[in-house]
Amino acid sequence: MDDFYRELIIDRYKNPQYRGHLDPADITFEDDNPLCGDHIRVDLRVDPQGMINEVAFDGHGCAISQASADLLMESIYGKSLEEVKQLTKEDILEMLGIELGPVRLKCALLSLKVLKAGVYGLGEASDDLVE
Amino acid sequence: MSGLLADANAPGYAPDRQAQENSTTVERSGMSHNNRLDVERIRMDFPILGREIRPGVPLVYLDSTATSQKPIAVLQAMDNHYRRTNANIHRGIHTLAEESTALYEEARKKIAAFINAPSARQIIYTRNTTESINLVANSWGRNFLRNGDTILLTEMEHHSNLVPWQMLAAEKNLQLEFIPVTSNGLLDLEAYEDLLKLQPRLVAFAHMSNVLGTINPAREMIRLAHDIGAITLVDGAQSVPHFSVDVQDLDVDFLAFSGHKMCGPTGIGILYGKRELLDAMPPFIGGGDMIKRVYLRSFVPNEIPYKFEAGTPAIAEVIGLGAAIDYLSQVGMDQIAEHEHQIIDYALERLEEIPGVEVFGPPSIHKGGVASFTLKGVHPHDVSQILDKDGVAIRAGHHCAMPLHEKFNLPATARASFYLYSTFTEVDLLVNAIYKVKTIFRV
Repeated sequence: MDDFYRELIIDRYKNPQYRGHLDPADITFEDDNPLCGDHIRVDLRVDPQGMINEVAFDGHGCAISQASADLLMESIYGKSLEEVKQLTKEDILEMLGIELGPVRLKCALLSLKVLKAGVYGLGEASDDLVE
Repeated sequence: MSGLLADANAPGYAPDRQAQENSTTVERSGMSHNNRLDVERIRMDFPILGREIRPGVPLVYLDSTATSQKPIAVLQAMDNHYRRTNANIHRGIHTLAEESTALYEEARKKIAAFINAPSARQIIYTRNTTESINLVANSWGRNFLRNGDTILLTEMEHHSNLVPWQMLAAEKNLQLEFIPVTSNGLLDLEAYEDLLKLQPRLVAFAHMSNVLGTINPAREMIRLAHDIGAITLVDGAQSVPHFSVDVQDLDVDFLAFSGHKMCGPTGIGILYGKRELLDAMPPFIGGGDMIKRVYLRSFVPNEIPYKFEAGTPAIAEVIGLGAAIDYLSQVGMDQIAEHEHQIIDYALERLEEIPGVEVFGPPSIHKGGVASFTLKGVHPHDVSQILDKDGVAIRAGHHCAMPLHEKFNLPATARASFYLYSTFTEVDLLVNAIYKVKTIFRV
């Protein structure tokens, strides 16, 4: 609890490395967390081999949701779409390095949910994607 | 039936000595000699307020607008019921059924007296404010509104006084119009008078905003609505718990409120309605208790209030709400309102002196004990999370009023809210904790 707001999270919240838009993008998806109104949009560019070679996110919300989006963008850079499909809740928690209760977990997982919905080409982002 | 059973709080009725001591706590609570609330004494009636969130960190509960804490008198009334009088109500001939029914109906009389309803039969038990409003939308609205009719709401409504009307409007092709909120968080009453020219059939609005804390001039608004022949519904979720509400003085047609925000349990809400409206309305939910007679292919509905109370209700919760009303009445609603006014005055003053804090809503003279604010550079969720470390419980989000937040261009706010047990010290602890947030976020 005491390191909930680790330097890493505050830094990424205040100075995100991957905030922005890609236009055009190969994959774009966005969604809200209806409980708190957090919003995340993810843009990806993918090379012909299916490797992600450009990433960006945008949105608004708490430090947890925005820092986790920024860290997630960093982690998928250079990965394949297949690898993104394998990402889980545990990967996000490991990246953030903190424990989260059920309410804040939704903040942390919003970016992964949006990313996977985009990669799978789904019409909407479902919680099933990050369970 | 009444008189069969003593008030659950009365000495001698308690199942054990501990509970007897607790019940005397209730009798002692309330006012000191100078007619101000003895808050320290009141706090002793609420066991949860003695809790530590972590070792050495006491709870600072500033989320009463979401739900209030419960005094011993309420816990004990519900406990007594399950220990001594539990039985299904109505129709039973045995002693427990009679006692249970008496307690259940006694609570209805207490609630009627509390809001000065002409008769206890105009008090309908529901689950909460939301269900009360849905009852009006489904029973009155579906049967008495016609294609093209207008419903007038406000921009500061909670979702529970918005979505039921949106659903009804979609079904019956109704027009929804909204009284605008001014930049200082008040309803634009000039615009209201203009909107009344559209001849709305219903005017429905919150007595007090759960976000801005604004107390709307309900009596005047109802008078203006009646002048053009509209029916009025007041969402009293935030008003009935916090100041004295008199339905006859307001002349309101429907009033909806929840037990859990006024020291009672969750799962019990109230709909008050004018007699002629309730009598004309068809039942909402079908089942047992709401009927006078049932045939294989038809039924004859019961009279009010039972017409609207199908199935086994929340008996223990009703009894708990009755005890909550006794408790609030003993303390005094005018004293509670005055105390909250002093607290919000102080809270606004302290919050506004913090650089980067912006408080939303009108000045304290127009408002109840709610302070919604933002801290520049920090999301309200993060504010709330860090405050929790110091045991300070506030709410963060859109507080079920998304359109209002959109109006002010805010994704979310942090909200501290106060009640009869809130102290000036708690305001100081809130302010100190906000300074810690600023340190952590370097803002």
